[in-house]
Amino acid sequence: MNWTWFHKFGSPPHIYRIAGTLAPWFGWPAGLLIVAALYAGLVLAPPDYQQGDGFRIIYVHAPSAWLSVMIYGVMASAAAIGLIWRMKVAHAAAASCAGIGAWFTVVSLITGMLWGKPMWGTYWVWDPRLTAQLVLLFLYLGYMGLRSGIDDLARSDRASAVLAIVGVINIPIIRYSVEWWNSIHQAPSVMKMDRPSMPMDMLAPLLMMLLGFTLYFAAVMLVRLRAEILRRERSASWIKEALQ
Amino acid sequence: MTPRQRRITLVVGILAGVSLAGVLALNAFRDNVMFFFDPSQVAAGEAPIEKRFRLGGMVRPGTVDRRAGSLDMSFVVTDFKQDVKVVYTGVVPDLFRENQGVVAHGRLGKDGIFVADEILAKHDENYMPPEVARAVKEKHGGVMPVNPDSAAPPRT
Repeated sequence: MNWTWFHKFGSPPHIYRIAGTLAPWFGWPAGLLIVAALYAGLVLAPPDYQQGDGFRIIYVHAPSAWLSVMIYGVMASAAAIGLIWRMKVAHAAAASCAGIGAWFTVVSLITGMLWGKPMWGTYWVWDPRLTAQLVLLFLYLGYMGLRSGIDDLARSDRASAVLAIVGVINIPIIRYSVEWWNSIHQAPSVMKMDRPSMPMDMLAPLLMMLLGFTLYFAAVMLVRLRAEILRRERSASWIKEALQ
Repeated sequence: MTPRQRRITLVVGILAGVSLAGVLALNAFRDNVMFFFDPSQVAAGEAPIEKRFRLGGMVRPGTVDRRAGSLDMSFVVTDFKQDVKVVYTGVVPDLFRENQGVVAHGRLGKDGIFVADEILAKHDENYMPPEVARAVKEKHGGVMPVNPDSAAPPRT
């Protein structure tokens, strides 16, 4: 069997080129999907029987929260691959995930607080779900802080990868916090084995937004990966050719 | 073992160790992580009597009693097994309704009445347009059917 294609993934110039080619193919559909989902969610979808129009914040809140968790999974997997196979590009990929994941976490927390005040009656309570999501933000920030705190690139890669892998324990805690403990946060409406607790005309914009956010993440992550590769390989000879 | 196998073992070892630590810690802190106690736990004496705690459950229909000319009110919180009466003075959130989840923060008196100083509404995971909600209500004789699990998930 020919493994050349796999080994090419470890080659910075190859990944730099592929990332540049792919980014717009994710970016443009992402933009179109997000605009369409905003229109469908904010205008076309019917109001909720109890929350009225207030429920529409779910179209930003839930996809951001899903992405914040999913990106952590991607980041930790890339970090583990980098650690095990000594693949520098994988470490670069993990590094370029962190900032995006942190911002999605911030968006999910802020939109949740804005919804919580009128619906629950409070911006914030120290509930298991809310606290676990805040811990996720601190994991991202800690990962980024650790990366920038160590000057030696190889050591910085290894140390931050271990932190990313340790933090994986928080992912099932976030997901199951509302089932294991009494929580003020509602149980999942969509991400469950059962039928979604939402009719199709409310659900469709939500799924469109989720796909849009995912493609947006892919596009931004590839652009950031290119920047990260340039930073790491700044003294390599292929950079001059690539930038001409 | 090759160096790569050693590194795989390291990653798997970290994951296993952290998971074990997590399970032990969460088990040890189980009652502290609990955001609220349900009426069955209160009846079983698991809730602290002398200290402030949160009581959660469903607002039993027909028990919400507002005193005219004041913000005083009382209602019964139920988990469909046990009931606890709650008294409260103040404004309640929009989603506070009969047959809806509620979390009250306060103190349990010796007379078994819970004196709350903060009321939070708990939304369930169901979303539907008003006309669908009307149809569902009509089908169930004018009241929205409730899923007892959405108020207080079973302890595992």
